[in-house]
Amino acid sequence: MSASTALHIDWTRCRGRGMCTELLTGLGRDEWGYPLVAGGGSDLPIRTHDVEAADDAVALCPVLALSIRPARPTR
Amino acid sequence: MTEAFWALGRASGVVLLLLMTVSMLLGLLTRSGRPLVRLPRFGVLLAHRNIALLSVVFLGVHVVSLLLDPYAQLKLIDVVVPFGAARAPIAVGLGAVALDLMLAVAITALLRRRLGHRVFRVVHWAAYVLWPIALLHGVTAGSDGRSLPFLALSAFTATAVGAAVVWRMTDHFVEYRRIRTEPAR
Ligand code: SF4
Repeated sequence: MSASTALHIDWTRCRGRGMCTELLTGLGRDEWGYPLVAGGGSDLPIRTHDVEAADDAVALCPVLALSIRPARPTR
Repeated sequence: MTEAFWALGRASGVVLLLLMTVSMLLGLLTRSGRPLVRLPRFGVLLAHRNIALLSVVFLGVHVVSLLLDPYAQLKLIDVVVPFGAARAPIAVGLGAVALDLMLAVAITALLRRRLGHRVFRVVHWAAYVLWPIALLHGVTAGSDGRSLPFLALSAFTATAVGAAVVWRMTDHFVEYRRIRTEPAR
């Protein structure tokens, strides 16, 4: 099932404070503490059971670097 | 009955000092991006937010009880406009300054997503000014402000917040700082 929304990370704002990486299992953390989307890029597709966690991450990111946007169609 | 208002005003002041101290410490820990032993980073942030909001509630209790205490001779305007109170204008005025700053910090934090990160961040810095002013207000305006137990508590909280602020200014404050090459912000 493909996700219809994605958690978008604004890299110009993110300071790698690791709030979102604790909340969303789909996010790793690189060696500098910044979030890592599996497969790269700035958008983490939000699976159904992750909707709440994604909302929490958006609300809690200390620098407002996160937003929810429609997922780009996957090829 | 009037005694009760005075007692409540005094007790809520002491609670406020404790809540504001813990809020400062958790806020600084949030800024460092570090978890607290078993508490994850978002838990530290939520604890900071909730304790800070609880201190706003206690500020309400503090103000209302002292408005109702006839001995304090406090008028509503003295609560928000500093240095005009009939009794102890300077000491009470410090409390008014702290209250104004606290409301500004709380409101901009609650409206953070609407106001944007910049406004939030700049106003949030007022916490570093507000905390010592509030402490000074406690020592100068409190009817037992210069008693040994309160002075000991004040010294203890000031040491804790002071140490956290010193830590804030060191190189190792931010997690991953050692391996990041970007300039600190
Ligand atoms: S919570 Fe915000 S600042 Fe922290 S890693 Fe995630 S996007 Fe970056």
